[in-house]
Amino acid sequence: MKTRIALLGTAAAIMLAPAAAMAERERGSSGHLNVIYWQAVSTMNPYLSGGTKEMNAASIVLEPLARFDHMGELAPWLVDEIPTLENGGVSEDLKSITWRLSEGLLWSDGTPVTSADVVFSYEYCTHPEGGCSYRDRFAGIERVEAVDDLTVTVHFEDVTPNPYLPFVGAGSVVIQKAQFENCMGARAPECTDANFAPIGTGPYVVSNFRPNDVIEFTANENYRVPTQPYFATITWAGGGDATGAARAVFQTGEMDYAWNLQLAPEVIEQMEAAGRGTLLVDFGPLMERIELNFTDPSPDLPDDERGTRLHPHPILSDIRVREALSLAIDRELLTEIGYGPAGKPTCNFIVAPPAMASPNNDACLTVDKDRARELLDEAGWEVGSDGIRVKDGKRLELLFQTSTNAVRQDFQALIQQDWREIGVDTRLRNIDAGVFFGSDPGSPDTYLKFWADVQMYASLFEGTDPTPHLEQRRCGREPKPETQWQGQNINRYCNPEYDALWAELSREPNPERRQELVIALNDMFVQDFAHLPLVARGRVSAAANTVGGIILNVWDSEHWNQAEWYRIEE
Amino acid sequence: MLSYTLRRLAFAVPTVLVISLIVFLLLDMAPGDPTASLPLTIPLEVREQIRISLGLGEPVLVRYFKWLQMTLFTEPMHILAGLTGWNIAPEGPRILSWQTRSPVGDIIVQRVPQTLWVVGMGYLFGIMIALPIGVISAYRQYSWFDQVGTFVSMVGFSVPTFFTGVVFILVFSVWLGWFPSMYDTTHVVRDWNSFVFQVKQIAMPVAVLALYNASQISRFMRASMLDNLNQDYVRTARAKGLGEKAVVLVHVLRNSMIPVVTVIAIGIPTVFTGAIITEQIFRVNGLGDALIRAIYVSDWPMVQTITFIFAVLIVLFNLIADVLYGILDPRIRYD
Repeated sequence: MKTRIALLGTAAAIMLAPAAAMAERERGSSGHLNVIYWQAVSTMNPYLSGGTKEMNAASIVLEPLARFDHMGELAPWLVDEIPTLENGGVSEDLKSITWRLSEGLLWSDGTPVTSADVVFSYEYCTHPEGGCSYRDRFAGIERVEAVDDLTVTVHFEDVTPNPYLPFVGAGSVVIQKAQFENCMGARAPECTDANFAPIGTGPYVVSNFRPNDVIEFTANENYRVPTQPYFATITWAGGGDATGAARAVFQTGEMDYAWNLQLAPEVIEQMEAAGRGTLLVDFGPLMERIELNFTDPSPDLPDDERGTRLHPHPILSDIRVREALSLAIDRELLTEIGYGPAGKPTCNFIVAPPAMASPNNDACLTVDKDRARELLDEAGWEVGSDGIRVKDGKRLELLFQTSTNAVRQDFQALIQQDWREIGVDTRLRNIDAGVFFGSDPGSPDTYLKFWADVQMYASLFEGTDPTPHLEQRRCGREPKPETQWQGQNINRYCNPEYDALWAELSREPNPERRQELVIALNDMFVQDFAHLPLVARGRVSAAANTVGGIILNVWDSEHWNQAEWYRIEE
Repeated sequence: MLSYTLRRLAFAVPTVLVISLIVFLLLDMAPGDPTASLPLTIPLEVREQIRISLGLGEPVLVRYFKWLQMTLFTEPMHILAGLTGWNIAPEGPRILSWQTRSPVGDIIVQRVPQTLWVVGMGYLFGIMIALPIGVISAYRQYSWFDQVGTFVSMVGFSVPTFFTGVVFILVFSVWLGWFPSMYDTTHVVRDWNSFVFQVKQIAMPVAVLALYNASQISRFMRASMLDNLNQDYVRTARAKGLGEKAVVLVHVLRNSMIPVVTVIAIGIPTVFTGAIITEQIFRVNGLGDALIRAIYVSDWPMVQTITFIFAVLIVLFNLIADVLYGILDPRIRYD
């Protein structure tokens, strides 16, 4: 809703601006832009960080061959067209893709961009000692070949229906061979100068970088569009907190753009009333959910059997209990309290892109505690003297864990209340995010080990293809002692039908059929009440009303079209 | 006195070494994971490789000695080389921050000036306000000035800086628009106007910290003055016919300053530890800010190094306070 308003505003501004003013806009004519990231940027080399903030900042310097636009469609970036089966860019056997760089591309230092740089970027990120954060983008590649100066072919080891992972999107950028040549593998962190001020093809160059503090950018004189970027310089401040960042845009007007404002809805509303800025919201694949453990996390079991498929969960293995838990939750209320305009209640596993979001599961949005009680009665759980249900002398008691975070603790309390009303007792626990989301196999408190009955967190996938995300719920992909508790089948779901359907998806090149399969997988998963989706969470940023050209993009960096941002003259 | 100082210095060395071991091991055993703050889209196998590339694969003692050697020698040499331009920086690896993958020493050098400016000024102004208030409050005990002073210092001491900071921002930047709510760390003082801007942008954080420090020190000053005002030597001085000014400012004040100077000296390391909260509210990029952010993302090399520096400073200033005590008060001699 808000996004639409913001977009309309932008569109209106473009239409209303006199034609003469449009023609006058040229490189640097908009002056200076102030951006605030309350979580400051640590490095300008996205391959060494993996954080969203670093990826966003680097995206205005380093660019991929193609990226996703705000609609989630592929847009050619350093190439003239997207290779497809039709134009011959993707081979018939789906085992290679050939990209052709645009003519005359220059690095910001004036040297030409060649296929050797693209090949080098692949080698840099896949070096075994480098610890590259986006290495999975280059997984399953046999080799990357420079056919001529401007042509690059990526050869895959296997049939790859979606070849648009390497060099697509802000996490998979092209870096300059000449600059990073001596920074391979273990030596990557030693090249501080290169990592802090990479030479790129993007609209800006780094003129000053202070880690975890501030970055100053100036327009790239060699940028391929001669009239862009419109802003001559950018100060990209970091630090402080989300409230301070919102205040600087909405109330004091010191900043023009603030990123990631996860604040209480009423705080934002109040600040927005000052009229200096607009909240930008759009929805991507990020979804807050409750995972239900299919295995027994009881502390009485030995450590290498606890939370493994050897012992099914004594309570949650029954689908009636899982459905009852889902029916009792008031998702509308949770969304309103926790996220306001930045959230939408949902019943789906895959919430975006819109074409892949299933329309079949909206029933869970209506709370039905009577039906929930019936289900629990049917399952043999009878109400005990204290209102908590009992079966065979065992109380219906669940341990509910999540990371420490104000919104999540509110959610826990509300859900505890909802579940209490149907006779389920919940013990709450919150764990520091640095521990909970860690993957240390020695820690008993990680979300991977899941030594609790239910847990809440948010997850998402990269780009627009949910195939790898759906793959995580296959049988055998669960964290277990044999894999050092690594794996992303968090709830230990195991359904042969699901696996078969996923196998079909992984081989299917036809886009329409892929959509159908994604929806079918989603429906199978959520109708099994394998986990309980709660809220689809949007990206929330804020922009001053004097800045035009911003189009929020949830599929790529928020600064994907930074070159086109401009100052609206009053 | 000299031999006492040397003896204390010699004792400080093993103390600092033990502290370094404790700091290192405590953080090493802490359950944080440096890859935990990365988005969940990054697969677990990749996370494992990142951890290995951060050097977490080696045994803990090896890492400790490497770190100690780099903290005590490599980083200081690099910092010295950077400051003086001498070509003394040793070759070889340096302590790398996990979040920025750049040397910790460089970041600390970038952060110290802001901390010294903002927190140091806050401390200095705090002292300058506190001393007169303490003296007058004690001299005119239970007067309205003393009552107001007591009230203000109680408020200043008990209301946390994260509250006063936000109130200041609300009043002076949002409503009145006098001061910027964010510290511009790239600002360079070149001429009068830019100096005025610098004053404006440090005004609020300095005021918040000065209020806090002043309330603490003024209480010490007042108590110490009261102790001395009732002493026999004061009565003697007055009986001799000395003016009140001479009695209070020369005799009483000098004697009362002895414990206060110690308190001030021991408090100096807090200038370096930075006011973590105040720095964060006003977005001042000081050491405290660097420390808290490193803690959030489990960037242990950064946390270990900064904590260790603080430990060294605390040991050092305790020593200085003890020595000062001996110099100021001839009755106290340690040898």
